[in-house]
Amino acid sequence: MSLNVEHLPTRTLPAEKPLRLLDNAGHAVTGASTGGFSLPDVDTLLDLYRKMVVARRFDVQVTALTKQGRLATYPSAYGQEACEIGAVASLDPVDWLFPTYRDSIALLTRGIAPGEILQSFRGDWHNGYDQHAYRTAAQATPLATQALHAVGLAHAARLRRDPIVSLTYLGDGATSEGDAHEAFNFAAVWQTPTVFIVQNNQFAISTPLARQTHATTLADKAVGYGMPGFHVDGNDVAAMYAVTRAAVDRARAGGGPTLIEGVTYRIESHTNSDDPTRYRSSRDVEHWKRRDPIERLEKYLVSEGVLTETVRAEITDAAEELAAATREVMTVEAELDPLELFDHVYSRPRAALAEQRAYLAAELAGARDQAEGGR
Amino acid sequence: MNATTTEAPRTEASPTQLTMAGALNAALRDAMAADDRVVVYGEDVGPLGGVFRVTDGLQAEFGDERIWDSPLAESGIIGTAVGMAMYGMRPVVEMQFDAFSYPAFEQMVSHVAKMRNRTKGRVTLPMVVRIPCAGAIGGVEHHSDSSETYWASTPGLTVVMPSNPADAYSMLREAIASDDPVVFMEPKSRYWAKAPLALPVTTTPMDRAVVVREGTDVTLLAYGPTVRTALEAAEAAVDEGLSIEVVDLRSLSPFDDETVGASVRKTSRAAVIHEAAQFGGYGAEVAARVTERNFHHLAAPVLRIAGFDIPYPSPKLEEHHLPTADRVLAALDTWEWDA
Repeated sequence: MSLNVEHLPTRTLPAEKPLRLLDNAGHAVTGASTGGFSLPDVDTLLDLYRKMVVARRFDVQVTALTKQGRLATYPSAYGQEACEIGAVASLDPVDWLFPTYRDSIALLTRGIAPGEILQSFRGDWHNGYDQHAYRTAAQATPLATQALHAVGLAHAARLRRDPIVSLTYLGDGATSEGDAHEAFNFAAVWQTPTVFIVQNNQFAISTPLARQTHATTLADKAVGYGMPGFHVDGNDVAAMYAVTRAAVDRARAGGGPTLIEGVTYRIESHTNSDDPTRYRSSRDVEHWKRRDPIERLEKYLVSEGVLTETVRAEITDAAEELAAATREVMTVEAELDPLELFDHVYSRPRAALAEQRAYLAAELAGARDQAEGGR
Repeated sequence: MNATTTEAPRTEASPTQLTMAGALNAALRDAMAADDRVVVYGEDVGPLGGVFRVTDGLQAEFGDERIWDSPLAESGIIGTAVGMAMYGMRPVVEMQFDAFSYPAFEQMVSHVAKMRNRTKGRVTLPMVVRIPCAGAIGGVEHHSDSSETYWASTPGLTVVMPSNPADAYSMLREAIASDDPVVFMEPKSRYWAKAPLALPVTTTPMDRAVVVREGTDVTLLAYGPTVRTALEAAEAAVDEGLSIEVVDLRSLSPFDDETVGASVRKTSRAAVIHEAAQFGGYGAEVAARVTERNFHHLAAPVLRIAGFDIPYPSPKLEEHHLPTADRVLAALDTWEWDA
């Protein structure tokens, strides 16, 4: 990275025009709008491309499964692949991710199995993967609350002298929440190694950005807290990766937190239960579809000669394989034990819960007896 | 009031007079010395030593990486403690005043209480949230609330409230050692109550209630600030020929049905006393539980002597709101004693 990240300005507003390294036609950008960042090497970009293609296939597959009624709900990240993956791919395995409900493809990129990711959306249990094993917190539904957890964990790691970074995603709507403010402020005051990725996908369910903030950019907010802020083209994975990587490196070296706004767009609805035609025009959606993050990188990689038909076929196969595995795992109904409802509330046994557990056990046994008797 | 627990201190050291604030301070000091994962933070807990001086001298002793002043933001304090506990620390955070904890309500109920359950026990949060609570200290608005019902009715939280210095020390050490999050409520009006105490002391486990005065006619169920009220009522009732048993609940969640039930079955009459408003309050749970489990042993309905169903009043009017020994005795008079 050519940029000297040791001395990033904290009193200068981010550029109003989003920082980008690849334009929509897949051409490398030069000049001021790169913000001093340079394009990652082609191997890195090809890897990011692979991750994005696989992630989109997963997202499309899960959306289809949701329409078939296999999941209770699924918040799609279609269109946000560059923002999600450019950020999470810049983490080391020791680092911690604090995702929201919309960040399932980041979990996938982190190596978590589809069945483990989707347990909560299927309705089996609230969190289906081992947080410590993947260094990935449970997906948070209340807005911005997890950002404080990210700050706390990073602070603890710093007190322990462990070179660990925490990264958390927030949506544009979440920046209006008090916890976003508190997280930004705590991180800056404590100088925790935390990277805040604000995914500005233009809508909080149906509320547009203009009804969410009067700030020129969401990245502007960083200045008020005394940390660097970057306003980035969130559909340019090269820029998202380069900027996040610099922020992660800087945090790990003791440079404190960074706020990065990725300007992107949610192509799908908020979840399967909302109707986006009521709050946005198809022209708008088409406009953003023409700025697709995967196509943009594809053009560049083809022009560089690294995305050959062989490589493309290999990536497509990998994506289809994952989609098939996802379909398969979602067709198998999990065996749920209702008595487990009582097992994880407290570390120490509680008499009242033991009584309620026994009650349910008797009820289940009764239901079984009745079913067997009726046969 | 003397130390009310029945067990003797562990050490041979001769007891010295210690306030509840002093006992809490000693508990924090001993816990921090025993385990370097224990960190303490909150508003003004550093050089000032907390507005009630519970953290007095700790920063000088342990340094500002073990105990420090946080920004003024309760949700931030609780939310960051969640992250720290996830990383293996044992944060003990202060909410300064009961009503100041409300901005942290979402973190408490949506994350602190649920983390262990949502992760099937893979992530536990060994954190303690200290909340100075209740009134009778002449505090202005927002400084005297009783918020215990909100926490106690939230599954996943453990909620305890000591009423004397010995329990304050012992229960805080136990809360810090607990792998689950504990809401540790400190009755402000008892901070300066003294008792002869030799530290360290281990009293009854914090999830158990304790019979602090034996009696045969009535069981008064109290916790925190109202234990003293109950004992005063019991003392005054002696003149009327009434033998009152007083149970200090100590733990609001879990509720010690066993100790309470044994006392109620012995006396056949029970009343619960608390400062918080009566409607939908903690006493409603107590009365219902006691009735459900001991109805055929009861000679009279379980009574509640509580604060009025009003926002906590101004200092010059709070004496009219708070339950007193006289109100307790007046309430007992409403029972039909000869039936």
